[in-house]
Amino acid sequence: MAILLLADHDTTHLSDQTAKALTAATKIGGDVHVLVAGANVKAIAEQAAKLSGVAKVLVAEDASLANNLAEPLAATIVSLAGNYDTIVAAATSVGKNVMPRVAALLDVAQVSEIIEVVSSDTFKRPIYAGNAIQTVQTNEPKRVITVRTASFAAAGEGGSASVETVSAAANPGLSSHVSDALSSSDRPELTSAKIIISGGRALGSSEKFQEVILPVADKLGAAVGASRAAVDAGYAPNDWQVGQTGKVVAPDLYIACGISGAIQHLAGMKDSKVIVAINKDEEAPIFQVADYGLVADLFDVLPELEKAL
Amino acid sequence: MKILVTVKRVVDFNVKIRVKADGTGVELANVKMSMNPFDEISVEEALRLKEAGKAEEVVVVSIGPAKAEETLRTALAMGADRAILVETEDQVEPLAVAKIVKGVAEAEQPGLIIVGKQAIDDDSNQTGQMLSALLGWAQGTFASKVELGDGKVNVTREVDGGLQTVELKLPAVVTTDLRLNEPRYASLPNIMKAKKKPLDKKTPADFGVDTAPRLKVLKTEEPSGRKAGIKVKSVAELVEKLKSEAGVL
Repeated sequence: MAILLLADHDTTHLSDQTAKALTAATKIGGDVHVLVAGANVKAIAEQAAKLSGVAKVLVAEDASLANNLAEPLAATIVSLAGNYDTIVAAATSVGKNVMPRVAALLDVAQVSEIIEVVSSDTFKRPIYAGNAIQTVQTNEPKRVITVRTASFAAAGEGGSASVETVSAAANPGLSSHVSDALSSSDRPELTSAKIIISGGRALGSSEKFQEVILPVADKLGAAVGASRAAVDAGYAPNDWQVGQTGKVVAPDLYIACGISGAIQHLAGMKDSKVIVAINKDEEAPIFQVADYGLVADLFDVLPELEKAL
Repeated sequence: MKILVTVKRVVDFNVKIRVKADGTGVELANVKMSMNPFDEISVEEALRLKEAGKAEEVVVVSIGPAKAEETLRTALAMGADRAILVETEDQVEPLAVAKIVKGVAEAEQPGLIIVGKQAIDDDSNQTGQMLSALLGWAQGTFASKVELGDGKVNVTREVDGGLQTVELKLPAVVTTDLRLNEPRYASLPNIMKAKKKPLDKKTPADFGVDTAPRLKVLKTEEPSGRKAGIKVKSVAELVEKLKSEAGVL
């Protein structure tokens, strides 16, 4: 039977998380149908139809689906579930919110945040903040799966799938959207950036964080991340947090500045291709995972780095 | 209103876990165990709502081994009123946990259930969402702010792009994120008092829930390690290496 993949989008753009989850879905095997749910999402459906490996795009449009609210979105996914034996979503804040609700409504277990498809029913997933990897097999009549997208390459374009309209399920009417406070930035998104520069508590203040980290990020065209310590101290907004409880990233280049390397942070970035650590403390655990370490005061070397680029 | 809070006994977050050499799991013998950090935040939030006069009673529930009583006593020492231990030595998957808590909720009739967004052992991030689905209630996951109103609750959620605020009809399930609050420590007198607070014991069978696992864990292994690289002496050397050796600039 076919696989239903939930498209992740912000109502205007298809997130590249979908293309990465698509790669995982393709490895599971079977025709992949992408569900694009929202209020006005035909343009997003067109984007999804171009992804290579998509057999069909389903568009569910309804005012109740406008803000990715879990209750109406789960109801719509469940209404389509009869045609699928596998339902997949990227482990984004939308996927993590809605998929367990779908699994419970279908009375099946969910496999969360897979990092490898071993076979169509067997997957690897991290536990204990990535300090152990479990191989799990599911024999459920329907497989509900979220995908840790940092572990999969994005599927390319070149497809031309058909786009079909499906009905939204009746809105359970349990919740409503009040407001969004989304950070707007011209910088790349953390989860899709090729280069990330992250700051830790050593930055000392929000002002210093802006003053020292951002110019280097601009020069590199990099996304900006932060350790939990820096976020908790108020130096950086929470959606910059990289780690077990923040975002899990795997860019080509990750530059950790003034970050000691707590296991919770390492869980979020240790799959990066190349890791650079800049830290005054040469004993900092971050150096144990860094390809290139520079023992130095970040306030001296970051301005120098900016000039050297 | 009554608030129900779930707590789980897990390996303390400061412990560096060890994977068993035979691949059967993680070493749990003689390891320090504590309350799941997200559950501490859940207990704290419930207590703050009670202290603000918005709730009358805070009931904590745990599904786990006999020793999970210690975790419940910690929640009672923080200030919860009553505890329920659903005792089982099995590893209970999130779906079965949600079914048991649903049974508890049907008996207790809370107006709000607060659940940690994930347990730091299996990192599933499922139970709260599953519970609200089974109850047919609204869910407010990854909460960084909870404002209880009349018949409704506004939950500000941590989402990938920033924050989203939703309004949920009560009763509802809220799952807690790290920045919701800073949990209190239990004082010694409160730890003593907690020993006398009521704690009911139940079993999964009391709620008609089968806890047999649906997923089969084939093996547990160490993550592939990453070796330390080299130390560079200067910014110039770093840039040079990144360009010529790593090829990422």
